[in-house]
Amino acid sequence: MGSVRRHAIITCSAAEVWTLVGAPERLHEWFPTTETRVEGSTRWVTLASGITFEEQIVTLDHDLRRFQYRILNNPIVTEHLGTVDVIEDGPDRCIVVYSTNMEPEVLALPIAGAAGIGLERLAERFGRSM
Amino acid sequence: MGRKILFITTDQQRYDALGCNGGTIARTPTIDALAARGVTFDRAHPQNVVCMPSRSTMLTGQHVATHGVWMNGVPLPADAPSIAADLRRAGYSTALIGKAHFEPLLDPFLRFTENRLGVDRVNTDDPLDPHRGFDHMELATHGAAGQLHYSTWLRDHHAEHAFSYYPVLDGELQVNAAGGGDTGAPQVKVNPIPREWYHTEWVADRTIAWLNALPEDRDWFCWMSFPDPHHPWDPPANELHRVNWRDVDLPDGYIADRDKRERVLDDKLRHWRGWYDGTFVSNYEAPAKWVPATITDDQVREVNAFTHVENELIDEAIARVLGTITDRGWSNDLDVLYTTDHGEFQGDFGLLFKGPYHVDALMRLPLIWSPAPSAGVTPARVQAPVGLVSLAATFADIAGLPRPTYTEAPRLPVSDAEARTLGHERVLTEWDSVLFGKIVRLRTICRDNWVCTAALDGTMNRRGEGELYDLANDPLQRNNLWDDANHQAIRDDLLADLWANLPTTAMPLRTVDAPV
Repeated sequence: MGSVRRHAIITCSAAEVWTLVGAPERLHEWFPTTETRVEGSTRWVTLASGITFEEQIVTLDHDLRRFQYRILNNPIVTEHLGTVDVIEDGPDRCIVVYSTNMEPEVLALPIAGAAGIGLERLAERFGRSM
Repeated sequence: MGRKILFITTDQQRYDALGCNGGTIARTPTIDALAARGVTFDRAHPQNVVCMPSRSTMLTGQHVATHGVWMNGVPLPADAPSIAADLRRAGYSTALIGKAHFEPLLDPFLRFTENRLGVDRVNTDDPLDPHRGFDHMELATHGAAGQLHYSTWLRDHHAEHAFSYYPVLDGELQVNAAGGGDTGAPQVKVNPIPREWYHTEWVADRTIAWLNALPEDRDWFCWMSFPDPHHPWDPPANELHRVNWRDVDLPDGYIADRDKRERVLDDKLRHWRGWYDGTFVSNYEAPAKWVPATITDDQVREVNAFTHVENELIDEAIARVLGTITDRGWSNDLDVLYTTDHGEFQGDFGLLFKGPYHVDALMRLPLIWSPAPSAGVTPARVQAPVGLVSLAATFADIAGLPRPTYTEAPRLPVSDAEARTLGHERVLTEWDSVLFGKIVRLRTICRDNWVCTAALDGTMNRRGEGELYDLANDPLQRNNLWDDANHQAIRDDLLADLWANLPTTAMPLRTVDAPV
């Protein structure tokens, strides 16, 4: 099982960051994807290469500020759980943690790389910790 | 007009692949002729033994610790120093044709310029400020999968061969362990593609096209980068007649006796035996599902035969390009540099592929500098240790530029006497791999015919462990003298030299964004 984790410290309240991260249909506003569509608990995410992932939204907890999803119906991905946590660290600071467990394990690496870009975009948008 | 520079690289080629270096199977008359009229280096090492870090060293003139591409899958930052950019600013037209691999190939998010260029069917992202200083990038890798230019071209023009190559990855995106050929050797396939559409020919064709489009009075730097003889070993079937694998002798480095082979492996750092037995796969550069202990004599023969065929095709492709350069009237002002990014086991120690193993199979490289006849350099063989880290400063020197301040090594010497003057006393190689909890870290110095490798803390090795080889008396590196009481003084002297000269690793380490 490939297991990866990336994080960013953002100088903005967890509640404000969650307004974006906790909106599954707005993924393309911060993650390096081109298109997002949500119907019920299913999400379709399209990448610049044209690949589309079908995902099941597993957790969308506005109290815990946790989002979890699984990639489904994919000919290559046999197991997957992605988790995004927005953790309060004071009134004007939070930590965003993106983690993924998946098979095939090597696919976790480009997803981690993309998550790194996504977290960087969040930091640019909401405030970067110095 | 100034001197033109043709920089030729292969991928994963051994020192002894070439006739000029003692190779007796592949016929390489074109490269041998470059050596005969130029400077041939007998102890050239890469600064890392896998593609991305080594290629980043070529472009930046920096050790791995400095440029930060510490394993495959770590992209070289787009704003990293580039000797191509310096040459371009000096008025050179610049091109990279063939395999680049400064950025990951497995790129589903299409984050990296190298991959986007092929998808967009363009050769530059910005004509005024091109990626890494190359006016023209036309890229290929091993086979026809993916988004690079060669793959696009093959699918457009010869779609029937889009799947002729060996599939590098399996259905789980692991490096494929499936066997082929007559012996079932991993990553071997009889490839039905005609020679004229094979990637070696395509790289030469595209290089010739780029050269022919240049004005006669233009100075130029062309990095012609062949993907072969890197695995998969799948040369065109209609060329296999060149070397019958049944006629190939087993290489000197192969230890046919299993007990003896395993005793030699047990004498090395522990990750060697772990990989051989299939219990410790530390990196992505070899098939995880292939267990080296299963290798057969005939598989070694077949892999070697296919490799020799690929090397002959490269030599003949180079001859075509040099013919074009002659026709354009540039030969008197042409410098040719020929090398590769790292070596290949090709059966040594019963192993194939590459990884954290700092011995001649992977570290001793072909390196030839054939200076422009107009420069009046006397042909020579250089024994002094040199590294690919010296290439960037060499290109600058050829172009009449001062040594770039970002480079960490002097230019290549043209003789052993000049090597001493320039300070080529030692060459350093680093390895770091951290992949899902499996960690290997090595630091190596080669000096005075000794190779000394210090392990850092990792999954199987601990700081204080290592390998020491006497290249003069043990050229096949079978006798590890690290713990030999009679060699503690030379070991400690080499280690002191290593730590004194290795640049401090830039921290934090860059993230691994792909397996390769």
